[in-house]
Amino acid sequence: MATHESHKKRSGLMDWLTTVDHKKIGILYLLAGGFFFLIGGLEAILMRIQLIKPENDLFTGELFNQLLTMHGTTMIFLAAMPMIFAYMNAVIPLQIGARDVAFPYVNAVGFWLFFFGGVLLNLSWFLGGAPEAGWTAYAPLSTSAQDTGVDFYVLGLQIAGAGTLAGGINFLVTIINMRAPGMTFMRMPLFTWASFVTSGLILFAFPALTVGFFLLMFERVFDANFFNPEMGGNILIWEHIFWIFGHPEVYILILPAFGIISEVVSTFSNKRLFGYSAMVFATVLIGFLGFMVWVHHMFTVGLGPVTNSIFAVATMAIAIPTGVKIFNWIFTMWGGQIRFTTAMLFAVGFIPTFVMGGVTGVMLAVPAADYQYHDSYFVVAHFHYVIVGGLILGLFSGLYYWYPRIFNRVLNETLGKINFWLFFIGFHLTFFPQHWLGLMGMPRRVFTYMSGQHLDEANFVSTIGALFMGAGTIVLFINIIVTASSKKVADKDPWDGRTLEWSMPVPTPEYNFAQTPLVRGLDALFVEKMAGNGKMTPAEPVGEIHMPNGSILPFVLSLGLFIAGFALIYANWIIAGVGLGIVLLTMFLRSILDDHGYHIHKEEVEADIKGGRA
Amino acid sequence: MRKWLHKGRFVSLFAMLALLLMGCGDPTLSTLIPQGEVADKQYQLMLISISIMILVLVVVFVLYAFVLLKFRKKKGDNSTPKQVEGNHMLELLWTVIPILLLIILAVPTVMRTFEFSADAKPSSKGELSLKVTGHQYWWEFEYPKEELITSQELVLPVNTKVHVELSSADVIHSFWIPSLAGKTDTNPGDKSKNYMWFDTGSKTDVVYKGKCAELCGASHALMDFKVRVVSKEDYKNWVASFKAADGKSSANANGQQVFEKNCLSCHAVGQNGGNTGPSLNGFGDKDRVAGILAHNKGNVKKWIKNPQAVKPGNNMPKLNLSDEEIDAVADYLLGLKLK
Amino acid sequence: MNAGERLTDANFPAHPEKATLEGKNKFLGFWLFLGGETVLFATLFGTYLGLRNMHLDGPTGEELFKLPLVFLATMLLLTSSLTSVYAVLSLKQNKVRSLQGWFLVTLLLGLGFLGLEIYEFNHYVHEGHTFTSSAFGSAFYTLVGFHGAHVAFGCLWITTLIFRNWNRGISLYNAPKYYLFALYWHFVDVVWVFIFTVVYLMGKVG
Repeated sequence: MATHESHKKRSGLMDWLTTVDHKKIGILYLLAGGFFFLIGGLEAILMRIQLIKPENDLFTGELFNQLLTMHGTTMIFLAAMPMIFAYMNAVIPLQIGARDVAFPYVNAVGFWLFFFGGVLLNLSWFLGGAPEAGWTAYAPLSTSAQDTGVDFYVLGLQIAGAGTLAGGINFLVTIINMRAPGMTFMRMPLFTWASFVTSGLILFAFPALTVGFFLLMFERVFDANFFNPEMGGNILIWEHIFWIFGHPEVYILILPAFGIISEVVSTFSNKRLFGYSAMVFATVLIGFLGFMVWVHHMFTVGLGPVTNSIFAVATMAIAIPTGVKIFNWIFTMWGGQIRFTTAMLFAVGFIPTFVMGGVTGVMLAVPAADYQYHDSYFVVAHFHYVIVGGLILGLFSGLYYWYPRIFNRVLNETLGKINFWLFFIGFHLTFFPQHWLGLMGMPRRVFTYMSGQHLDEANFVSTIGALFMGAGTIVLFINIIVTASSKKVADKDPWDGRTLEWSMPVPTPEYNFAQTPLVRGLDALFVEKMAGNGKMTPAEPVGEIHMPNGSILPFVLSLGLFIAGFALIYANWIIAGVGLGIVLLTMFLRSILDDHGYHIHKEEVEADIKGGRA
Repeated sequence: MRKWLHKGRFVSLFAMLALLLMGCGDPTLSTLIPQGEVADKQYQLMLISISIMILVLVVVFVLYAFVLLKFRKKKGDNSTPKQVEGNHMLELLWTVIPILLLIILAVPTVMRTFEFSADAKPSSKGELSLKVTGHQYWWEFEYPKEELITSQELVLPVNTKVHVELSSADVIHSFWIPSLAGKTDTNPGDKSKNYMWFDTGSKTDVVYKGKCAELCGASHALMDFKVRVVSKEDYKNWVASFKAADGKSSANANGQQVFEKNCLSCHAVGQNGGNTGPSLNGFGDKDRVAGILAHNKGNVKKWIKNPQAVKPGNNMPKLNLSDEEIDAVADYLLGLKLK
Repeated sequence: MNAGERLTDANFPAHPEKATLEGKNKFLGFWLFLGGETVLFATLFGTYLGLRNMHLDGPTGEELFKLPLVFLATMLLLTSSLTSVYAVLSLKQNKVRSLQGWFLVTLLLGLGFLGLEIYEFNHYVHEGHTFTSSAFGSAFYTLVGFHGAHVAFGCLWITTLIFRNWNRGISLYNAPKYYLFALYWHFVDVVWVFIFTVVYLMGKVG
């Protein structure tokens, strides 16, 4: 055995750069995602300031288009997705009773690819201008843009997207293969279920986008002709590929939020989830239907009434499993004892807000009426109701809920409630009037509007709302700083939790479970509490624990891809070759250097248990 | 369809909603104040869907409010609530009722979707045909039967069904007259042409606002156009005088020279001129300069002096004209009136 | 037992590639990855089908494609799939030299396929069918080129694998690696069958 004990303890920065511990990678995702969330939010506020009055000339033309493109791209790919991965990393192994994820190394690769992709994309601001063709980058607007903005978009997102795909596969395998004894599929917490379906969607949706980005890159860098009608190309190919990815992406984003809300509602109502099997089935069904509705983003493209009608009906069908979820949440609360903590407040705010976003979604599914709604502010209102009112409220709820598990501190509840009310009121002030703006004839993605079109008041209110949301976010960051400076370590189970992640000590040991727990039902910890144990029964004796070694290679590999992407933008083939060479070299090194990990000895584990550390 | 609407149980809700929504916005721009047959039917679809959705919202919100008020944790109550697995009857109920509601919505949806795309291609039956071409950042309107091409302002006869063929000279745009009909994309490439139809409504001498609804570049926000609906007689006169125009302006002969030397290669007036820029025939009668600015001499000069300052990213070059020449051209252009 | 230890016939498990948790994870993860790859190639096929008649004034597929050459390439790749099956059979019987031998043959066949493809592309370019000559050109080289890049990557992979483990027996650590390569190679082969049908045969028939 001793021959393989090559484990080095690293500290400080080097520890973070080389870590393969899912708990630390979760924190990295949360920090990076939070950072990009601030940038995307700032871009949104700048846009709203430009639109506060008619014919304003603060950020016009190209610059405004850069802001709207970067806002959408950043929020979806660099803020929302990473924050989802943050929770998946921080929570899923604990929820299923696993010591680790299936591929700790690939997990680190996934994070660093996302990080370097995001950095590459954002560097465009300083190097000749950000992309300006919208987050959808429709050809030929995206292929004909003269500056390098779209190149940064396509290469930055290609790299980040590869990381996402790696993360998706990792969690699929983790959930299938690494559940603790007794943790059957139908006993998995709903966040794990939702993440499982989301990972499946990532697996089958992202490769389409990968191809789309390759085509766009070939078109821009190598003068290919996929989307150039003069050379026989067809612009609709991009739209189809983009939305074949793009619609599942919407469910990739929202399903984990559904999962978080399910956990929070159940915990703070002190009741098991109402209709658990129906919830699981609805989640899977939503994921499945998510692949069959992409054309509803393209009703005005001219695909004909047959296509439009089929996709309209398919889209409406998604309302049914979604409705099932809403009612199940409400009936989970029915008869419960609702505690209005900040996490629960966000969940309580989520439900009606998401319902409103859902019903406008059904309205948008009517093609003949969508000819009026499409690409107007009505659509902007709709998708912000589902993505901000749905996903972001869900993520905030999850942040307040799991913060003690991730950072060993409970966030301040008073500041949390201020955070909630500012953000929630600001949100509705911002986006509710936008429904009306759209119906009154305001197209989306416009940098200004003429006065005298009855659009002034609603735009003004909307901007004020955005400032409220900004203030709410600032309060959240104040809260994080205040909490970090307090010395009060959280209880291991501050919310009277029901699932496995609340069964372990604070801080979570690096090997998670000293002994793999035996799961005896849905809400595993609650089952034990009811049985009077209050803690999990181990499924195995104390023994040696196998751990993976940290590695700098994921960082280096991603850096190599970053260099290659950067060089491709400037058509510098030599440096691009060097970058790709670094990538291949790290893969080669990973292949030839045996890495068997290391073992934590039984005595150490026993000492941890005795000391209350495990 | 209509019968069902009037008989249906949504009537009272409809009336309330219509009151709530009506009068929202600019009567020449808002989809909530429809002026033509297509926009009107689209408005009715909106009302049907909004009614169903408000029904759903009300049910959910009332139930939700009740739950939030009734089941708060009471101080000192540390009992564990009953752990309910589910209820098949309830779950069946909230699966079946939405299905029924969606079927109610799906029927008119499919009907109207087919109706709006049926018979959209130009026919030879003497109805009005129109070819719309989107450019960065202006609109070209060709009347194939009348054999005339104009830009930025459509002139159309009242109570007429208009068949539209849409395409683009560069990137994707989207042709939208909210008061008259929903939008349809203008795609580049011969294979991606689109067709739609709309009805010009019953009001005469009204100018509707048109918009580009697909992000098309830096000046997407400024790609407005106008639709002037006139009586059938006025329309005939307009066509005749448009075709009779000779590019002579009452105002300024010097301006005409400057124009012919510098501008005619791109802009058509009378029977002459290129077509890479918008036709300026009858410019003096238009509603706007460059589609957005108020129609006066100052703005014409402002535009010619520096087109980029008005519409960033547009394709009109900044010409090396002296102030006097610009002044003359502006006079000339504003004098281009149709009889 | 340690995963890196050389397995003997006595302690050789029935499925050495799935005998450890790491192996099981890799096995499942790689199948899922191939699922993603399927979407990738499906998207490329879709693009190709949409653009395959857009050759403008350049040569059509019917004029370009030489079936005997493509058939030979197909045979090389199909055979290489068979040899990788033999390699996996050797893996399951703990015959390391035979495993290495069969994978070497697989590698050579793969390289032969690549050589033919390069020859073929070169020929097309001289006929005026290039990446930028038309939408058909772009779509053709992208689809077939993506497959070719997969073959090239596979060749690098198996080379590394064979020589890294040249003097080592089969262990629970390297058995999944061999097995995964074989899976990958079969996948690449299946994609080629579709390319042969959709691009070449359908291109010839029109």
